[in-house]
Amino acid sequence: MKVSVITFPGSNCDHDAHEVFRSRGHDARLIWHKDHDLQEPDLVILPGGFSYGDYLRSGALARFSPIMNEVIAFAQKSGLVMGICNGFQILTEAGLLPGTLMMNSGLHFLCKHQTLRVESSDSPFTKSLEVGSLLDVPIAHKEGNYFIDSEGLKALQDNDQILFRYCDPQGNLTPEANPNGSLDNIAGIVNIGRNVLGMMPHPERSATESVYSQDGSQIFQAIESFFDGGN
Amino acid sequence: MLKAKIFVELKPSVLDPQGKAVTNSLHNLGFKDVTQTRIGKYIEIVFDNSDKEDVSRQTTEICDSLLANLNTENYHIEIEEIKS
Repeated sequence: MKVSVITFPGSNCDHDAHEVFRSRGHDARLIWHKDHDLQEPDLVILPGGFSYGDYLRSGALARFSPIMNEVIAFAQKSGLVMGICNGFQILTEAGLLPGTLMMNSGLHFLCKHQTLRVESSDSPFTKSLEVGSLLDVPIAHKEGNYFIDSEGLKALQDNDQILFRYCDPQGNLTPEANPNGSLDNIAGIVNIGRNVLGMMPHPERSATESVYSQDGSQIFQAIESFFDGGN
Repeated sequence: MLKAKIFVELKPSVLDPQGKAVTNSLHNLGFKDVTQTRIGKYIEIVFDNSDKEDVSRQTTEICDSLLANLNTENYHIEIEEIKS
């Protein structure tokens, strides 16, 4: 699999993502945001971090980085794009995903382990996962409070676009298990074409033996099985 | 020269936890009459252009494409003349 990880000024999870894919045997490369060539990837990663220092709004300025024209064109041709944390924020600002990420309801930056419930296996990113299965994947953000108008939320629900929800360790979708005030406990969504994923939790931080949880690697396995199994 | 003053605010339907926290602090300071605080952004842009209509049009385009997130925010614009 060829994976292009975009580095924006202020990205800080680009090397983590790159290393995870490299260590899994993939042809991963880092692409500078001012470049115009995605290098024909199978998968594009918009990594976590604080692109442009989060000036104005998280992701608002990165959305206009030169490489984003290529990312948008790639997504429109059904290429797989995965935005993690700040990458999710950039995808909403770019209009590739609906809604927006607002400041956490508790106003604090959160950095902790979080249980996610897989809500749909109908995507390249969750293909081999079981609906209802639980993943321990860390979160680290201050603007992760997913918001969309009621019509938009209904569309996400009706079209099975919500892939991950925040839950407690037993899998219950309680308000207490919702770390940031996201509507409907939303942690990750796909676009209507199911080729663009945005999620606030960091699977690349729970995908190697050196860390506490390896649950994030299940998402990378799902993507691998999508490509192994053909489209 | 014209200056565009832009006020970006959260839509009334969107919760503002920052504003709520400030309201609580104001109550703690003794301002008991305060019932609501909403926090927004104020932006100034200076144009080398004296055509108010044209500057207003450009500013609206700037707000729609970058300065406001129309999912959650409203904005209003005031245009004023400045001495160069």
